[in-house]
Amino acid sequence: MSEALEMTATITLAEATQFIWAEADLLDRLDYKPWLKLWTEGGKYIIPTERDPADYAEVLNIVYDNKVMREARAKRLLSGFSMSSAPPARTVRTVSRFVVTASGDDFIELRAAQMLAEYKYGHMRFLPADMRYRIVRAPDGTLLLDEKIVTLINAEDYQFGIGYLL
Amino acid sequence: MSDHDYATLVREDRVHTSLYRDGTIFDEEMDRIFKNTWVWVAHESDVPVKNSFKTSWVGREPVIVTRDREMKVNVLLNRCRHRAASVCEKKKGKASVFVCPYHGWSYDPDGTLRKVPHAAGYPEDFDKSEFPLISLRVETYQGMIFATFNNDIEPLVDYLGPARKWMDLFMKQGAGYGVKTLGEHKFRFPGNWKIQLENTTDAYHFPIVHKTFLDSLDAETENVFDVLGQGGWVEDLGNGHSVMVMIPDLIDLEDNLDAPIPDRFAELAQELRDEGHDDATVRKVVRAVGGSGFNLNLFPNVACSMAFFRVLRPVTVEETEIMHVAIGMDGGPAAGNRERLRLHEHFQGPMGFGTPDDAEGWERVQRGAHAGEDLWIMLNRGVDAPAGVAEPGHNAGDVSAETGMRAAYQQWKRMMTA
Ligand code: FES
Ligand SMILES: [Fe+2]
Repeated sequence: MSEALEMTATITLAEATQFIWAEADLLDRLDYKPWLKLWTEGGKYIIPTERDPADYAEVLNIVYDNKVMREARAKRLLSGFSMSSAPPARTVRTVSRFVVTASGDDFIELRAAQMLAEYKYGHMRFLPADMRYRIVRAPDGTLLLDEKIVTLINAEDYQFGIGYLL
Repeated sequence: MSDHDYATLVREDRVHTSLYRDGTIFDEEMDRIFKNTWVWVAHESDVPVKNSFKTSWVGREPVIVTRDREMKVNVLLNRCRHRAASVCEKKKGKASVFVCPYHGWSYDPDGTLRKVPHAAGYPEDFDKSEFPLISLRVETYQGMIFATFNNDIEPLVDYLGPARKWMDLFMKQGAGYGVKTLGEHKFRFPGNWKIQLENTTDAYHFPIVHKTFLDSLDAETENVFDVLGQGGWVEDLGNGHSVMVMIPDLIDLEDNLDAPIPDRFAELAQELRDEGHDDATVRKVVRAVGGSGFNLNLFPNVACSMAFFRVLRPVTVEETEIMHVAIGMDGGPAAGNRERLRLHEHFQGPMGFGTPDDAEGWERVQRGAHAGEDLWIMLNRGVDAPAGVAEPGHNAGDVSAETGMRAAYQQWKRMMTA
C-alpha cells in the first residue's frame, strides 16, 4: 500500500464531525433517501429502551433497524399516509461534545451529545440523547455509518409518538 | 354530578363528549372505577423470584408489586407510613428490604414494618404492627396480577368470567414454555384514557391508520393482517370486557400445526431446526411467535392484544400513559424470543410502524373533542356477527362493530352510578 493511500485510510475527528453534521442536516430536512445511502450493508441503527445492555439484539428497543427495516421506515415516513409524519413535526438538532473512543485504519468510533427540539401542533418537545457512532471508510474513500446508537436521556421512561428519525 | 347525570351521559349507541374532557368526571372515575374494581398491575414473570419487585400503578396511586420470602405476591402502596415518602423509585429489581430514604423506616417485601431508627424516641406504646405498607387485595389469573382497593367485590375469576377462555388461548403464545415479559415500550398521548380503551376494540381504523404498516409487509403477511376481511367478530364478554377476533385462523395456536410455515418465519424455523428442535416443536414455536389473532379488552386498564399486553394509565383527564409489554416464551428458544422482540419493535412503541399513528389519531380525537357544545361520540356501528361464531347468549357484532366500546361504556355507566 502506498503512503498516500494509508494517509487517506485514517478518519480524522474533523472528517467524522463533518460527516455527522451532514447526516443531522439530512434528517432535519427529512431528506431520507440520501440518508439511506450513508450506511454500510450490515449497518445498525438502534434506539434502545435501556442504557448500555450487554446485547441490543436480546432486549427490546424502540428501533433496531438493519438495512431492510431502515428502507421500510424511510418509505413509511415519506409515504404521506402515516398520520404521525404527515404533516411532519419540524425538528432542529445539533450534535456536539464529541469524544473519540476508538479508531483504526479504516474506522472511528465516537460518543457525542445530540440536542433535538421538535415542534408540532403548537407544542415544543426536547429530546436530548447520548450518541454513539461507528463510522467506516468505504473502499472508494467515502465515509459510511456502520452503527448509530441514540440513547434518549429518558430512554427507559415514556416518550410521545416520534414521527421522524433521530 | 349525580348518578342521574352520569346515566344520561351514556346511551346505548353514543356517549357524551364531556367524558373525554371534564376534569370532575375524571376525578370521579378514579374513585368509582379505579378504586373499586380489579386493576392489572404486573405479570408474574415481572417478579419471578423471591424478593423481586416491580413498581406499578392502581389508577393514580403508585404501588410496588413484590414477591415475598414465601413466594406470595403483594401489592403495596408506595408510601411510607411515617410521613409519606415513596419507599421505592426503581422500576424493577431485587430487594429483601425497602428502606425509606427520609428517616430510615424499613419494610419487608410483604409490607411489614421491620425497623424504626432511634426507636427510643417514640412513646412506649408505639406499635410497629400498626404501620405496615398498605397492602391491596391481590389475585392472579394466567400469570396476570390484578389488585383492588375494594375488599368486597367478587373474586377476580368471577369478574373475568367468559374472558378467561380468551386469556387461556392468549397464553398459548408461550408455546408450552409459559409466557414471560421481555420489555416494555411506554408512551403518552395528550388525550383521555377511554380513547385508548376504545381503540383496542376498533378494527375499523386498522386498514386506514395502519396502511403504512401493511405496506411494509410481504404479500402473504399483508393478507394475514387483512383484519376486516376474514369473517371476524366482536363479542361482549360481560363486565365491560370484550374480544375482537380479527384473524379467526389464529384463535387457537395449537391448531393447524400442519399448515405450511409462512415465508417470513422460514429463517426462524431453520434456525430452530439447526439448534436440534424436532419438527413438532419447531412448528409449535413458530406458530406461537406469530401471535394471536384477537384483542381481548379487559375493563378498565389492560388488553391481551394479539402479541403483547397493552396497559393504560390515566394521568389526567387529557393525558394517558400506555405501556406495550413485549412477551415471549419463558425458557423457550432464544431465537424465537428474538424474533418476538423484532416483531414487537416493528409495530409497537413510540417509533413503531403502527403506534405513532394510533397515538396521533387519539390526540386528534382529544383536540377535536374541544369543538362543539353538546355533541356526542357515536358508537352505533355494527351489523350481525357471522352465524355461529360467538358464544350463544353473548351480544356480538361483525369485526368492525363498535360492540366492544358499547360494552365498556355500559360498564362505565354501571360503575359510575353504583
Ligand atoms: S417518611 Fe419514611 S421514614 Fe420518615
Ligand atoms: Fe391501531
